[in-house]
Amino acid sequence: MADLTATAIPSGPRPRRRLSGRNIMIYGTLLIVSLYYILPLWVMVMTSLKGMPEIRMGSIFSPPVEITFQPWVKAWAEACTGLNCDGLSRGFWNSVRILIPSVILSIAVASVNGYALINWKFKGSEVFFTILIFGSFIPYQVMLYPIVILLREIGLYGSLSGLVIVHTIFGMPILTLLFRNYFSSIPEELFKAARVDGAGFWGIYFRIMLPMSLPIFVVAVILQVTGIWNDFLFGVVYTKPELYPMTVQLNNIVNSVQGVKEYNVNMAATLLTGLVPLTIYFISGKLFVRGIAAGAVKG
Amino acid sequence: MTHSIQVKDLTLNFGAVSVLKTMNLDVAEGEFIVLLGPSGCGKSTLLNCLAGLLEPSDGEIWIKGKNVTWAEPSERGIGMVFQSYALYPQMTVRGNLSFGLKNARMPRDEIEKRVARAAEILQIGPLLDRKPAALSGGQRQRVAIGRALVRDVDVFLFDEPLSNLDAKLRSELRVEIKRLHSRLNNTMVYVTHDQIEALTLADRIAVMRGGIIQQLAAPQEIYNRPANLFVAGFIGSPSMNFLPGKTVDGGRAFEFAGNRIGLEGYEGAPGQRDKAILGLRPEHLVMQDTAEPGLTLPATVEIDEPMGADSLVWLKAGGQPVSVRVPVEKRPRAGQEVHLRVDIRHASVFDAGTEERV
Repeated sequence: MADLTATAIPSGPRPRRRLSGRNIMIYGTLLIVSLYYILPLWVMVMTSLKGMPEIRMGSIFSPPVEITFQPWVKAWAEACTGLNCDGLSRGFWNSVRILIPSVILSIAVASVNGYALINWKFKGSEVFFTILIFGSFIPYQVMLYPIVILLREIGLYGSLSGLVIVHTIFGMPILTLLFRNYFSSIPEELFKAARVDGAGFWGIYFRIMLPMSLPIFVVAVILQVTGIWNDFLFGVVYTKPELYPMTVQLNNIVNSVQGVKEYNVNMAATLLTGLVPLTIYFISGKLFVRGIAAGAVKG
Repeated sequence: MTHSIQVKDLTLNFGAVSVLKTMNLDVAEGEFIVLLGPSGCGKSTLLNCLAGLLEPSDGEIWIKGKNVTWAEPSERGIGMVFQSYALYPQMTVRGNLSFGLKNARMPRDEIEKRVARAAEILQIGPLLDRKPAALSGGQRQRVAIGRALVRDVDVFLFDEPLSNLDAKLRSELRVEIKRLHSRLNNTMVYVTHDQIEALTLADRIAVMRGGIIQQLAAPQEIYNRPANLFVAGFIGSPSMNFLPGKTVDGGRAFEFAGNRIGLEGYEGAPGQRDKAILGLRPEHLVMQDTAEPGLTLPATVEIDEPMGADSLVWLKAGGQPVSVRVPVEKRPRAGQEVHLRVDIRHASVFDAGTEERV
């Protein structure tokens, strides 16, 4: 009888061992990788909450003995870049004023582009698309100076609208590709049915295509917000100091050579700058999943 | 008789590929036309041209006496039903039905009235506030038909509407479409590759191959007098038996593998041909034990496939596989030697060169 209980009859789910070699491998790897990513963040947050004397003691991993938010306040409102001493707040609002129109404009144009290229094929539409995609392979450096001249000629050099145009243009190839491919997955018969129902170019776009494309719009917003917010090159080339975006200002704060290096202020400034893309990821991550679930309806 | 649809010398090329070749087709008012053919024969292309979703390379399309070759799909007075239903997933059934009417800026109460009528005809009233995702395949296709119905058009275009449904639903909806046609009396053009649908629904069938209409005739005519070998082989399941041979005695007899079959009673006049093909449907052959010269062929039974009411027997006659439909209680044994009596009045003789019926 004892033998029978030891070798249980196979029935129901197969018993699994918690502490198998496989589990140790998987969870061990995950643990190490997450430590690798979390440690720098830990150091940054801790350092930004310490005063300078405590930082000079050199124990970068230890939590602050005396928590202070002064570095954050200084980074936001008091740090000096060039002539201005109003901290990152100026750069933040500049970035917002660049970001919002750039994201809206580039996504609006690219989605219509993608829709037209897939559903309203015209003579040469394939060639047009190839040229557009080819544009994404040309290095930015090649185009920097010609665009400076172009913007100067139309009188937009150094202004925020000039930078918005640049961001819209440079977002075009990848976004058009994104939308074109997504729209191509929407059954053609749906488009035909809408035409028989008398809907025109914009009618089909707004009434049929847009409501079915929430997920891809979320993806495009994530791409553009992080891309444009993190942009440094265009910001520094096409604007002037009082209009610099947050990233350029951050660089100016962190890399200033005179005086004492205020590590706590630098850390706080860096965290502040990274906050926007981070928030976007957290918010849209959920939206993204919901969007996919809503879009999974097959007609 | 007034024409509802007229296709005049319609040609469509995709690059170097010619999909429709100077096609002509006249559809009478209230007629149910089925475009039948294997995939790639151009039947859906023709339908899309009628709908205005594809631009022809040449030729004209007339609907209700108006040249609509350059007209937008919505201006042609057509409604279309698609294979994949093509319902707008984000709209309710009511939204789907009224979308076209809203685009036409129809007054709200008129839209209400038409949606209610379509819902009543198709019995989808309880589903009006559901989204397409919450409907079954059959219900979705009803809504798709309803979308064409509310437009109150003269011509209905169906693009393989039943192909995505399972066999039972398909036969149910088939009857329903037929009922709809007899109630509304609209002109209907129906594309399918399913010959049962074609034979049961059509007033006339257009059998297509390679962008050319091979035969345009009533279902019985197509079944009994196929214009050529392709139509004969495509229509009918199990398909027609083809026996290669020649006509002799000035077309009074057919010689196949040393056997002579009299063509007495055959409706055509085949004449003397060195290479001809005798086409016989499985139900036009009778198995018997005794030979009758000039009327029967010797054959050996290979296998049989019982199908409920009757059984399809496969035999070998003169080296050719031949199928015969027999009542299930008369199923023979394998290996049995039998004689097949040919019903020559229902046979077809084709010229082996031109493949035309003679």
